[in-house]
Amino acid sequence: MSKVHVTTSINGEQVEFLCAPEQSLLEVLREELDKTGTKEGCATGDCGACSVLLDGRLVCSCLVLAVESQGHEVTTIEGIATEEGLHPIQRKFLEHAALQCGICTPGLIVATKSLLEKHPDPDETTIRYWLAGNLCRCTGYDKIIRAVQDVAKELAYPA
Amino acid sequence: MGAFAYVAPTSVDEVLTVLSEHANLGKRAQVLAGGTDLLVQMRGIDREARTIVDIKKLAETNRLTISDEEVFIGAAIPSAELNENETLVSLLPGLLEAADLIGSTQIQGRATLGGNLCNASPAGDTIPAMIAVGAICQIAGSGGVRELPVEQFCTGVGSNALGPDEFLLGLKIKRPPPGSGSAYLRFTPRTEMDIAVAGCGVAVTLDAGGTCTAARVGIGAVAPRPLLVPAAAEALVGTRLDDAALAAAGEACSAAASPITDKRGTDVYRRKVVGVLCRRAGAIARDRAQAQAKQV
Repeated sequence: MSKVHVTTSINGEQVEFLCAPEQSLLEVLREELDKTGTKEGCATGDCGACSVLLDGRLVCSCLVLAVESQGHEVTTIEGIATEEGLHPIQRKFLEHAALQCGICTPGLIVATKSLLEKHPDPDETTIRYWLAGNLCRCTGYDKIIRAVQDVAKELAYPA
Repeated sequence: MGAFAYVAPTSVDEVLTVLSEHANLGKRAQVLAGGTDLLVQMRGIDREARTIVDIKKLAETNRLTISDEEVFIGAAIPSAELNENETLVSLLPGLLEAADLIGSTQIQGRATLGGNLCNASPAGDTIPAMIAVGAICQIAGSGGVRELPVEQFCTGVGSNALGPDEFLLGLKIKRPPPGSGSAYLRFTPRTEMDIAVAGCGVAVTLDAGGTCTAARVGIGAVAPRPLLVPAAAEALVGTRLDDAALAAAGEACSAAASPITDKRGTDVYRRKVVGVLCRRAGAIARDRAQAQAKQV
């Protein structure tokens, strides 16, 4: 089978890989590039566990062909924390215990980052609709919503 | 079984060459826009190896233009991007709210109107809304560009009017005149992330006195393909879109429906619900038309 050579940017670093034309970006991230922070849940675009940013836009990496990332910029959960430590979204998810098993968490954090870029001061309805594509079977969502509200407050009004 | 291949042409002619070469050799090629249906099908019901022809690198399929006469929406533009365009949302609220009902934020970051149409699901939410606003498909083929009204594009469940060497460039929509409004409503058991049990798009134009001078009604998920319902439009034109006129239009939608019974609803239920949706969408379209008339 002929593989395709792809050059893309992942978390600000230029990355080259070979992939089959039908491989998803999710498969390549996890299996070729060892970026296993991005999770596979359903692989059909329903659960959001594989959420990444593609040129800053929130997408399911299971519904993007790896070859489609050629020349574009991908941000995964591994690109969210900074050199100083955890991103405030990650910190607030921990403080509010907004996770249990953790499979949905990377996707939720990436989706929250995208939410707060578009809506820095979201109301609860906006949060719930924006995150409706990220399924969590543990928390019942309430702690996630509180964590997002808290981080929005912190980022909008830094102490 | 052969292997998959991927090409990303940068011109309409290149796409057409790939498509016609495959057609001539009896090989399969499939056009990729957002991929939110195609990638799922590739891993599920349709695993056959084929050449994936990505049309996202063409200028034409990414073109979004709003002129005094018409709106053009390229087939490869993700719906999230369309819904960020306030002018577009104010001109075509019914179509954009239909696009906003499809899938999650993630899905809307990729999914396109063109893909929703070409996938030709009977329940595709944007299709009745496109029919209501009178969208015309611009189709590229070896003989040039041809045009086809959206209501003639879907030919059955999952099938469309495209020839093997043709692809959809985008949608052309006549700019709604002042005093126009449109709306799309669907019924789903859940508020988000669900497939329509029934859907209805309505577009109307009112004169200065509030009388309806033009109307179009499209229905979805209640027949093998989304339908234009001329009888529903006839029930609206010439009225002030009062309850009686909306009820008559709703009855026309119910009469035009030929739904199936499946896990999401029975045929009897769907037939009734599509009439209710028509009444309610008609009232929203009317209110939007009145509000728009005041702004002008």
